[in-house]
Amino acid sequence: MARILAALAAGLLFGAGLAISQMMNPAKVLGFLDIGAIPSGGWDPSLAFVMAGALALTLPLYALARRRTAPLFETRFAWPTRSDLDGKLLAGAAIFGAGWGLVGFCPGPALAALAQGGVAALVFFGAMLAGMALFSLTMDRKAA
Amino acid sequence: MENFTPWSALIGGALIGLSAGFLMLANGRIAGISGILGQLITPREGDNGWRIAFLAGLVVAPPLVTLLGLASGEVRIDVSLPLVLLGGLLVGFGTRLGSGCTSGHGVCGLARLSPRSLAATLIFMAVGAGVVFLVRHLIGG
Repeated sequence: MARILAALAAGLLFGAGLAISQMMNPAKVLGFLDIGAIPSGGWDPSLAFVMAGALALTLPLYALARRRTAPLFETRFAWPTRSDLDGKLLAGAAIFGAGWGLVGFCPGPALAALAQGGVAALVFFGAMLAGMALFSLTMDRKAA
Repeated sequence: MENFTPWSALIGGALIGLSAGFLMLANGRIAGISGILGQLITPREGDNGWRIAFLAGLVVAPPLVTLLGLASGEVRIDVSLPLVLLGGLLVGFGTRLGSGCTSGHGVCGLARLSPRSLAATLIFMAVGAGVVFLVRHLIGG
């Protein structure tokens, strides 16, 4: 029960952060990705400040976690272990970047905007789930 | 830079960072949204209670924060629905193929100093910016 409540609290914090930083607004995100607007003064660097604000807390909290043998409510830490750069990673990041630049939604903001984003946010979320399912069906051999 | 909002960006970012750090310290899990959602819809993974709870919090918090007057709640999507559909497909497929998104690679991965996450973050930022440049300045300009 504790780990369910902890996950709920983490989700609430994450969603509040996306709302307060306006990263749930695709127009705001595209304003950051639009580096072509730098010469005219129309560029919006806010997203970089969101990343900086996040890393300022995640870095020290992860360092703290590294020094512990186990998390509070689980038996072990699920740290990712891979460090190699493979084709799937690079191609996946490029495909994701293309969709991100097209609409301005990445997965977190797409969920955060579900309640307030109208039909377009619902369409994006449905298509994103379909894209994930397509990956599981075609590329993810472990899932079969 | 009339749309630049440094303070709300830093504060919102700090809440995201706190969430990611807390989820690791409490449950030992990476706060990567595409991974959490993707594994939820992949039948093999059994331990889904915490995933559902996390995503529920993520969906519910923005309208609550808006009601409290702490955020505008604005969601402006300027592209046509067919492009929204295409973008959603690319984001869903790409984040699973590339094992992460802005949260898993961009926040959690960079906080772990992971070379994979640094590479992924540079690529999706560059491609995203490239697509926006294409749409706004080459095609739409």
